[in-house]
Amino acid sequence: MPDRPIKVLIAKPGLDGHDRGAKVLARGLRDEGFEVVYTGLRQTPEMVATAALQEDVDVVGLSILSGAHMTLVPRVTKLLREQGLDDVLVTVGGIIPDDDIPALTESGVAAVFGPGTTIAQVAEFLRANARARD
Amino acid sequence: MGEPTPAPPLDPAARAADLAEAAIGGDRRALARLLTAVENRTPVAEAAMRRLYPLAGRAHLVGITGPPGSGKSTLVASLIEHVRAAGRAVGVVAVDPSSPITGGALLGDRVRMQAHAGDRDVFIRSMASRGHAGGLASTSTAAAAVLDAAGFDLILIETVGTGQSEVEVAAAADTTVVLEAPEMGDEVQAIKAGLLEVADLVVVNKGDKPGALRTAGQLRAMLVGGAGPKVGAGGAGAADQGSPDDRRATRPRPKRPEVLVTTAATGEGVPELLAALDRHRAAGRAGSSADARLARAEAQVWAILADRLRAALHDPARAERTRATLLEVAEHRLDPYAAADRLLATLDARDP
Repeated sequence: MPDRPIKVLIAKPGLDGHDRGAKVLARGLRDEGFEVVYTGLRQTPEMVATAALQEDVDVVGLSILSGAHMTLVPRVTKLLREQGLDDVLVTVGGIIPDDDIPALTESGVAAVFGPGTTIAQVAEFLRANARARD
Repeated sequence: MGEPTPAPPLDPAARAADLAEAAIGGDRRALARLLTAVENRTPVAEAAMRRLYPLAGRAHLVGITGPPGSGKSTLVASLIEHVRAAGRAVGVVAVDPSSPITGGALLGDRVRMQAHAGDRDVFIRSMASRGHAGGLASTSTAAAAVLDAAGFDLILIETVGTGQSEVEVAAAADTTVVLEAPEMGDEVQAIKAGLLEVADLVVVNKGDKPGALRTAGQLRAMLVGGAGPKVGAGGAGAADQGSPDDRRATRPRPKRPEVLVTTAATGEGVPELLAALDRHRAAGRAGSSADARLARAEAQVWAILADRLRAALHDPARAERTRATLLEVAEHRLDPYAAADRLLATLDARDP
């Protein structure tokens, strides 16, 4: 079925409790026709990678506002690669300084969505870049 | 593509065989991929089932349903913990509704089940209902069969408890658990006719809340009363009196579910629930679960037949004729029964 929904994991790794953005995005993507798995707050990189594997998602969206993205994001992308999930699109949202973006891209992140990004922009990017599935 | 799974340009049968062997061998990524294929009803899923289905049938399938907010996910999380302490492997299929408008879904059941990330004997899969008419039960049952074949001992199917299809999903399990929250008051009555009828076990969760024991007491009273032969005669009432026993025996009989109280958030009462599940399974092995298995087989095959029928009527050779017939019904030039008969007749002719 070619037009089946794209499956997205929205996860909040780390210790900050600001999950409004992640929830708004999860809800917004639902309204855009995505199947969104939401895992909640305080996820370890292992939890994120396990959920991505078991759910067989097309996209992993990480929401981080704690400033720990340079530690957490590369650990998630490394675990995903180790589990053979290197075809999963990884995106990051939250407060990410521009200077950090090249390093995140280097670690395997496809896009960083900062404040002001609209849900429609995110949806469009995911539709254009999520892996083609059998 | 990752290492454990084969590259895509294989034909479906070969790919299915590879994925099935890998999943049986313990490859969790292959298992996840197979579940996706089952969800999407692809040829890969069908081919894989040929290998996997004969291996399934060993696990205990438990359906868990109940109103939103009654604590199903929290209870599942607590059950996982206790089952793992006993060393058994547990699979979970957690169903949440798809939007009928956009087709999107928010699958939030994992939020309470994330504690076992490092444990490969816990496998949790969220599933959107995708608006399949009656087909959800067959999809989630097929997913359970894949987990069963992959060696999971206990499989929990968690559904939302608000519609007919969820009743079907829950009823397709070996053991069906219906959750209630305390102090549902008059709503309990309203829910009774649908959900509680399929319950093998009724669990009043949030047992630490005031009124939990009273709710459990009320449910016990209602369910035992409802299962007795007097009420079993239903509206027939007096006319039914003195009817031969054999007639009574052939009438579908309401279950007599045990009523338990749990506090899933603390784990209180959960070991007792597990013990009750095991008892129900042991009793079922001796008899009644043959019915459940037959009902499950029937629901699955019927749903697949309906799919096949729909596909056959839409295949290029017949699509135009199907459409024309539907149009006649829409314009009230043909009644829907005659239309169905006519479409069935087009299937009889091998070459339409």
